Amino acid sequence: MNGHIPILSVNGVYKRFSGPYSLLRRFKSEPQLAVHALTNVTLDVERGETLGIVGESGCGKSTLARCLVRLHEADEGVVRFDGQDISNLSGGARRAFNRRVQMIFQDPYGSLNPRMTVSQVLSEALSVHKMRPKPEIPGRIAELLDLVRLPADAAGRYPHEFSGGQRQRIGIARALAVEPEVIVADELVSALDVSVQAQVVNLLLQLQEKLHLTVVFVAHDLRLVRHISHRVAVMYLGQVMEISPSEALFSAPRHPYSKALLEAAPELDPAHKNRNVALRGELPSPLDLPPGCPFAGRCPHVFDRCRVERPVLTPRGPGQMAACHLTDFGAPGASSDQLPTGH
Amino acid sequence: MTASTVPTSLPQTAPGLLVRGLTTTFDTSRGVAIAAADVDFDVAPGEVVGLVGESGSGKSVTLRSIMRLIREPGKVTGRVEWGGRDLVAMPAEELRRVRGGEIAMIFQEPMTALNPVLPIGAQIEENLVAHTDLNRRQRRERALELMNIVGIPAPERRLDEYPHQFSGGMRQRAMIAIALACSPKLLLADEPTTALDVTIQDQILKLLLDLRDRMAMSVVLVTHDLGVVAATCDRMAVMYAGRIVETGTVADVFACPNHPYTRGLLGSVPRSGQSRTMLQSIDGTPPNLTDLPDGCAFHPRCSFATEICLKQRPPLDLVGTDGRRAACHHHERVAAAEPIL
Repeated sequence: MNGHIPILSVNGVYKRFSGPYSLLRRFKSEPQLAVHALTNVTLDVERGETLGIVGESGCGKSTLARCLVRLHEADEGVVRFDGQDISNLSGGARRAFNRRVQMIFQDPYGSLNPRMTVSQVLSEALSVHKMRPKPEIPGRIAELLDLVRLPADAAGRYPHEFSGGQRQRIGIARALAVEPEVIVADELVSALDVSVQAQVVNLLLQLQEKLHLTVVFVAHDLRLVRHISHRVAVMYLGQVMEISPSEALFSAPRHPYSKALLEAAPELDPAHKNRNVALRGELPSPLDLPPGCPFAGRCPHVFDRCRVERPVLTPRGPGQMAACHLTDFGAPGASSDQLPTGH
Repeated sequence: MTASTVPTSLPQTAPGLLVRGLTTTFDTSRGVAIAAADVDFDVAPGEVVGLVGESGSGKSVTLRSIMRLIREPGKVTGRVEWGGRDLVAMPAEELRRVRGGEIAMIFQEPMTALNPVLPIGAQIEENLVAHTDLNRRQRRERALELMNIVGIPAPERRLDEYPHQFSGGMRQRAMIAIALACSPKLLLADEPTTALDVTIQDQILKLLLDLRDRMAMSVVLVTHDLGVVAATCDRMAVMYAGRIVETGTVADVFACPNHPYTRGLLGSVPRSGQSRTMLQSIDGTPPNLTDLPDGCAFHPRCSFATEICLKQRPPLDLVGTDGRRAACHHHERVAAAEPIL
C-alpha cells in the first residue's frame, strides 16, 4: 500500500468454475453456466499477522485459500508473494514458494496418507525440500513432534492410531517441517470437538509467536476467528464485504452483512436471549449472480442503487474497508434509523 | 448406584417426560460399550432442555433410546415415562402410535432423513395418514398450513418438489413440518442446526422457539454448541462418557459450573475481549467407551482430581436449588474456583 510490500497480496482476483451446460442452453447457444467462486477479491496479508477469513458455506473462502497457495490458478488478477506474481513462478522458484507458503487442510482424516507412518510423512516433507541432510532427519522429526506436543513414540505409528486433534497436530507438524513463512489454515479445527479445538488453537498461537509465522485462518466460526485474528475479512458470494481490524469489526461492523453475521452467532451469555431473526432469506445461487450488490436480496437496508451497481471496497475507519453504498453504515454518530429500510 | 440417590417422587409440576436410569449398551468385538449410563432427567411441559457434550458423550444415543431407535446389538434398559406409560417396556404396536404422533424427532442431516424419491408434500401426508383420519383434501390443506408455519415460501409449488430441490435450511424446515404434522407434545431434536450456516441456524432456532410457544410443546435439543444452548434452552444437562455430569437451569450452569468438565467446556470457547490469549483447553481426549477409567470417568483429564476420584464414581447429587445437580466429589471446590466468564 504505502511503499512496503505485504507478504501476500491479492489483487482483483476472479475465479470461476464451469457449471452444468445443458442441451437446451447449447441449442439456444447461450453461454455455459459458471460458478463465480471469487469476484474481484483484493486484500493484503501483512508479515507476522493473522488474517481471518470468515463467511458462510459457498462464499469462496476456501477457494481464496487455495488460490493463495496456488492450488487453484486465478482466472484474472494476480496473487503476489513477496512482491512476485506467483502464477509466473516455475522450477526452483515455484518449489521455494511451495516451501515458504504451506497449507493445512480441514479434514485430518483425508489429508494424511493412511499407509504412511508419521515419520514417513514428515521425512517425505523434509527430503523433498532438502531441509536437512539424511542423517539429521530423525532428530528433526523428534523436534517437530515435540513442537506440536505429540509423544516421541508417535513417529512409528499410522494416522488411524491417532485421535482427530492429534491428526491435526500431525498436519501442523508436516506444514512446519519445511520452515514456512506463511501458513494457510483452511477450517483447521472445525472437525474437532470444542475442548480439542481449544488445544489446537492454543498450539497455533504459541507456534506463531515462536516461529514468527504469518497465518491466514479460514473458518466459519466467528468466535474463533475473532479470538485468533488481528484482522478479519468477511466474504459473501465470492466477494469481500468488509475487511477490518478484528476488534473494530466485532464492536462496530461497517457492513450490514457483517452485522447480521455477528447477530446470528449465538451469544455465550444466557442473559442475552434475543428472539429476532438476524437475517432472513438464504444465499442466492452462485451460478447467476445478481448484477448489483450480491447481498442486495437479503439486506434489510437495500435501496435502488444496490440492485444495479456493485459496491467496491472503500475505506471507512482506520484500517477498515467495506463494500457498501451506505458509507455511513455503522459509523459512530450515524443512527440506523436514518438508513433506508427495505422496499 | 446413582439411581438410588435420585428421588423418585415427582416434583410439584408433573413432568411431561421422565427419564430414569436409562442405560444403552452395545456389544462390540472389543467389549461392551456403555454409550449411555444411568441417565436421569425430566422435561416439563413447554420446556426446552439442552443435552450438551462432545462427540461420543452419549447425547444422541440418549435421545434415540427415548424413542427406542437403537438397533441390535444395542440394548436399552431403564424407564422412560411419558404420560404415565413406560416407552421402554411398551409393545411395539403402541409405541408406533406415540412416535411421530405425540413425540416427534428431527435429525441433523435432513438429506439422509428425508426420502429422496418422494415429494415433500407426500412425506408430510405420510405422517397424517398414519396418525389422523383426515381425508385427502384435508391432508393437503394441513400440509400447506404446516409449510406456512415453518416458513417455506411458495408452499403450493414446494409441496410437489423433491428434497434435492430444497436448500439445506429449507430441508430442515421441511423436516420440522413433517415432525409437527400431528401437533406433537414433545420434539426431540438431534443437532438440528449443526450442518447449517450460522444465519440459517439462527433462523431455525428462532423458529423452534416460536413453535414451542405456539404449540405448547416441550423440546429436547441435542447439541455440541454451548452458544446454541445459551440462546435457546431453559435447562441443560452436560454429558461426558455416557453420563450426565451436571444439570440445572442454563443461567445457573453458565454462571457457576459445578463440574470441572463443564468448566473446561466453557473455558474452551473463545469469548470477547480476550483476543489472542490462551484458551482454557481440557488436556487429553475423551475415553474409550469400552474401556472407561475406574472411578470418575473424567479424572485423567481433571485438574481437580484427587485419590477418591480414581476409586469412586461420584453420584449425580443435588448441589443447589432448581434441580441443580453435579457428579463431582469436589463440586464445592470447582464452584469456588476462579470464575471463567
